[in-house]
Amino acid sequence: MNKLIELKNITKTFDDSQVLKGINLDINENEFLTLLGPSGCGKTTTLRIIAGFEEQDKGELLFNGIEISKVPPYKREFNTVFQKYALFPHLNVFDNVAFGLTIKKTDKNVIKQKVERMLKLVGLEGFGQRDVTLLSGGQQQRVAIARALVNEPKVLLLDEPLGALDAKLRKEMQAELKKIQIEVGITFIYVTHDQEEALSMSDTVVVMNNGEIQQIGTPTDIYNEPENRFVAEFIGESNIIDAIMLKDCLVQFDGFDFECVDKGFKENEEVEVVIRPEDIDIVKKGNAKLEGVVKSIVFKGVHYEILVETSERTYMIHTTDYFETGLEVGLSFGPEDIHVMYKD
Amino acid sequence: MRHFKNLVRPYLVWSFLIIVIPLFLIFMYAVTTNGNSLINIQFTLDNFKKFIEPVYITVFMKSIKLGAITVAICLILGYALAFIISKFKEKTQDILILFVTVPMWINMLLRTYAWMSLLSDNGVVNSLLGFLGIDPIKMMYTDFSVIVGLVCNFLPFMIIPIHTSLAKMDKSLIEASYDLGANPVQTFFKVIFKLSLPGVVNGVIMVFLLSISTFVIPKLLGGGQFVLIGNLIENQFISVGDWNFGSAVSLILAIIILVLISVMKKLDIDGMQKGA
Repeated sequence: MNKLIELKNITKTFDDSQVLKGINLDINENEFLTLLGPSGCGKTTTLRIIAGFEEQDKGELLFNGIEISKVPPYKREFNTVFQKYALFPHLNVFDNVAFGLTIKKTDKNVIKQKVERMLKLVGLEGFGQRDVTLLSGGQQQRVAIARALVNEPKVLLLDEPLGALDAKLRKEMQAELKKIQIEVGITFIYVTHDQEEALSMSDTVVVMNNGEIQQIGTPTDIYNEPENRFVAEFIGESNIIDAIMLKDCLVQFDGFDFECVDKGFKENEEVEVVIRPEDIDIVKKGNAKLEGVVKSIVFKGVHYEILVETSERTYMIHTTDYFETGLEVGLSFGPEDIHVMYKD
Repeated sequence: MRHFKNLVRPYLVWSFLIIVIPLFLIFMYAVTTNGNSLINIQFTLDNFKKFIEPVYITVFMKSIKLGAITVAICLILGYALAFIISKFKEKTQDILILFVTVPMWINMLLRTYAWMSLLSDNGVVNSLLGFLGIDPIKMMYTDFSVIVGLVCNFLPFMIIPIHTSLAKMDKSLIEASYDLGANPVQTFFKVIFKLSLPGVVNGVIMVFLLSISTFVIPKLLGGGQFVLIGNLIENQFISVGDWNFGSAVSLILAIIILVLISVMKKLDIDGMQKGA
């Protein structure tokens, strides 16, 4: 795949607080890339630098190998879907979508054709004459996407576009966005703080915190092999345990030695181990190394969230089976369920 | 909540006393013959017919013309100033808007007298021109001096509503316009100006209203023979004593203003909807 956008050592400071501390990132053609992180991590600033609304203090921004930091936003071949849609209230749906083409002085018939095709793509056929301020949140979002895509940008930038929608609509729009991205075949750069959204839509997830990139990888990599404690905690629930890496494929914690699949650490190096709650099985007492007492059980819909107290710590387990509180149980997991991370 | 409703009653009485009754009296004066007698009231439309006489129509047209020129100048200057002010940080904007209103703290008469001494034949401006070797220019008692007075007095009424609509504008709309390929000039005409139209309409209505109904400024800066509709009304009440005709002119002016406001408001609403 071709590199489309390159960020090289980008830094940015607002009012004495450094929001980006040297961002290095390559974005490929046709990639669905998500910048994921808590609020204030610098993800939106990164997007705004790519869009051209902010300029970095230092570092390079390359598009197709050419430096574009000084190119104003209206000359960049990117379009943005804004957080609160930013639809023009004085224009109807059709004129909102047609805005970019009108600026380029496109032929009226061509505009009509393109706008109608785009409204069809986002499921708003026949909505052209409607007043944008009277549309629902989901419909406004679709107009915003159509308005950006109709210009056939090389890259679509999306700044938390589903943030204002309710849970059900969000799910629908996630699937739809992914479908649209495959259909139009362009690069999407998506900013969100919702880990589930990031995992379900992206080809590549970039986890950010405090103005730094924590990990870049596919959704499965990020989930299964978090590189540090922050990523493990931010992406889903996890049990994080201090441990010692005795040697390759053997790790010690809670007083026992466990087989694992991780290699490349120093002997007796202090590490942290992540075990996802759904990877732990509750078994009969005596059938596993770790033993404890069921402290609480909470019904979560699809699964139960069970806390089991051992002599060393409390483990969180997700399972579809029910266990009485107070029951003495064993906790079992396989070598591939243990993910070893470097300690910060 | 219900018993709070009674709190509105003093206000109703008050507004009846100071708004409804005077308006009714003006109306009664306008449609009756002269005299204050309450016993033999004679209704007539002569007061309105009198207004159609060429001499008054000329006064009326001149008022409209000066009002329109004042609005045009205030709009250009006021929009530019409001736009520049809206570019500053919020705190700076508050201070700048305060400066805009500072002249309004001083009595209008004083400000107008100041202009008289600036513009008179041997005033400050002509003295300065004299230093540069330019012959004095006659500025007082012309359209020019009246328009200067009107613009300077009423400019804040244009700046403030426009600034308000610019300041509360969602900045992401401007970014969206850039994002879609519009350069700063296109963005101004296609987005910023159109979204500020409500402020522009309010400013235009206010400045126009104030300009065509004022009588102090044309009297002082225009001289005695400079008669605008405001002066016409003033003269009828103060010097001529024809309260009936004065009331009729006031009513005509009020109706014209009312029609004008409703047309402007309609234009404004249509503009917002159709983007025209």
